[in-house]
Amino acid sequence: METAVSVREAYGRTLLELGMENPDIVVLDADLSRSTMTRFFARQFPERFFDCGIAEQNMVGVAAGLAASGKIPFASTFAVFVPGRCFDQVRMSIAQPQLNVKLVTSHGGISVGEDGTSHQSIEDLALIGSLPGFNVIVPADAIETVQAVKAAAESYGPFYIRLCRPKVAPVFGEDYRFKLGKAATMRQGGDATIIAIGLMVKEALEAAQNLEREGIYCRVLNMSTLKPIDEAAIIKAAAETGAIVTAEEHLEHGGLGSAVARMVSQNQPVPMVLVALKDTYAKSGKPAELLERYGLTAKDIEQGVRSAIKRK
Amino acid sequence: MSLPEKGNPPSIPDSVKASADNVSAEVFSLSASVAEMEAMAKKLRRHIITMIGKAGSGHPGGSLSSVEILTALYFKVMRHKPSDHQWADRDRFILSKGHAAPLLYATLAECGYLPVAELATLRQMDSRLQGHTDRTITPGVEMSAGALGQGLSFGLGAALAGRLNGQDYRVYVLLGDGECDEGQVWEAAMASTHFKIDSLVAIVDNNGQQIDGWNRDVMNLDPFPGKWRAFGWEVIEVDGHDLTQLIQAFGEAEKVKGQPTVIIAHTIKGKGVSFMENNPDFHGKAPNAIEVEIALKELE
Ligand SMILES: Cc1ncc(C[n+]2csc(CCOP(=O)(O)OP(=O)(O)O)c2C)c(N)n1
Repeated sequence: METAVSVREAYGRTLLELGMENPDIVVLDADLSRSTMTRFFARQFPERFFDCGIAEQNMVGVAAGLAASGKIPFASTFAVFVPGRCFDQVRMSIAQPQLNVKLVTSHGGISVGEDGTSHQSIEDLALIGSLPGFNVIVPADAIETVQAVKAAAESYGPFYIRLCRPKVAPVFGEDYRFKLGKAATMRQGGDATIIAIGLMVKEALEAAQNLEREGIYCRVLNMSTLKPIDEAAIIKAAAETGAIVTAEEHLEHGGLGSAVARMVSQNQPVPMVLVALKDTYAKSGKPAELLERYGLTAKDIEQGVRSAIKRK
Repeated sequence: MSLPEKGNPPSIPDSVKASADNVSAEVFSLSASVAEMEAMAKKLRRHIITMIGKAGSGHPGGSLSSVEILTALYFKVMRHKPSDHQWADRDRFILSKGHAAPLLYATLAECGYLPVAELATLRQMDSRLQGHTDRTITPGVEMSAGALGQGLSFGLGAALAGRLNGQDYRVYVLLGDGECDEGQVWEAAMASTHFKIDSLVAIVDNNGQQIDGWNRDVMNLDPFPGKWRAFGWEVIEVDGHDLTQLIQAFGEAEKVKGQPTVIIAHTIKGKGVSFMENNPDFHGKAPNAIEVEIALKELE
């Protein structure tokens, strides 16, 4: 297996690169620049970096003001605090006026681990995904993170990019090209489609490989752009493979599974299984232990595929 | 069940008394002397280091800086009953800076709310001792915390309920100074004065640091006592590592009527372990095995 790489560090380094190219890039943080890795940028461009202290609501408002005056603000903290703590600030100050603010959060999902319930962001995609006009991206590895961050900087409008705490093994080669709103086909197959985001893409690939031994051939889609979601790829997958399993480090309410189900049910109904957290908060534990306990592993995806296929 | 008056030692459950590694029974007394409390403070620091070292993650800096504050409250000032953590008339302690959970757990264990041996399970799968406080599973934990800035509002609610019910319990809320960046702290400060609540005491662990560095560099709070005064609070400043000063301040706070009191406790982040003192690296990093050994030696 290739060595795991930090998506947060990829973000920090990309910000630094963007800062060198474009003087309008400004960065905000809320006393977590060591964790979000915005401190690379802070060191190089102290005059364009605003540490707002432990005051996330204020940070979101300040970012909106900067954006309205022509700056391209990247604001970062943990995913539990933005959008969680500042939902209305994100809604009214960024989403409704469609301002050019890039919210990039780290520590998404339960792979945060030992810090426990308060620090595990399992509702953020539902919250942010509910806001009209917000672009929502969950990169699968460091290579995709770099490109997603650059795409956000280049496209006007509000963006939310969710990163995770653990390092992740690369699923993409250096030649990968991220396209906003387009799913990446990671593997072809005709029996079922696994659609995954973030850390779960690696699990999806592993599941597909294991299922192949049983003679089940899965298509795997990386749906890193959760919004605007690649409707065409979903409908095509439903039509061509007849069963869909989604996998995400989030509640099944309002995340990837919900979004895919919305497309599938209205356009091409096929049996679906959602691999996601089931209406529960997780607790402290090692990331791998938690993913296993709460049903977010390759095994759970395999189980999901078998059960979806049975219902074809 | 008879209700202990202030000054009576709370009873310790038999299950805990019987536990071989619980040697705290003789120290734990609400009439503890300052010397006994100093010994307890040292013991709590050793627990913090051992627990976080074993867990491999956690927040030593802000746990160590608050040790004397919790020692004074739990071993002298507060009226509480470890045998009945839901006793309706208990004084409430609310840890708003939830990342100092290891200190709270160690204190609760030494009081008898939990077996001391359980401290070794911190942050593990299925442990009652979560990374940040969780009121649904840990006896003695009043509030789930972890996202900063919410404890003072909760404390105000608890104090208002006491007033409505005609109960005389007091409510103590521990805040971090960095935490006071949060607007909600000041919303709660304003509301507490507005509702003329005098059973509420905020304690700020004023160690001068947050994660990204010193408060004055990250987000300047000055004039800090002046801000609280402007919000209508009685302000008492103490050396937060001096138990005598702390106990006296809590006594003074009880005499304040018609307004809330804040005790600004000047502390040192990482207090008691030389290489952790004023070192932002140990805000949220566990000591490794060698560092644990050195720290425990320093805390002998
Ligand atoms: C709302 C919120 N934002 C950010 C964090 C991350 N965080 C945890 S501790 C901390 C610094 C706290 O500083 P302070 O309140 O001074 O505590 P102490 O120095 O006593 O540990 C931060 C920013 C958090 N827990 N909650």
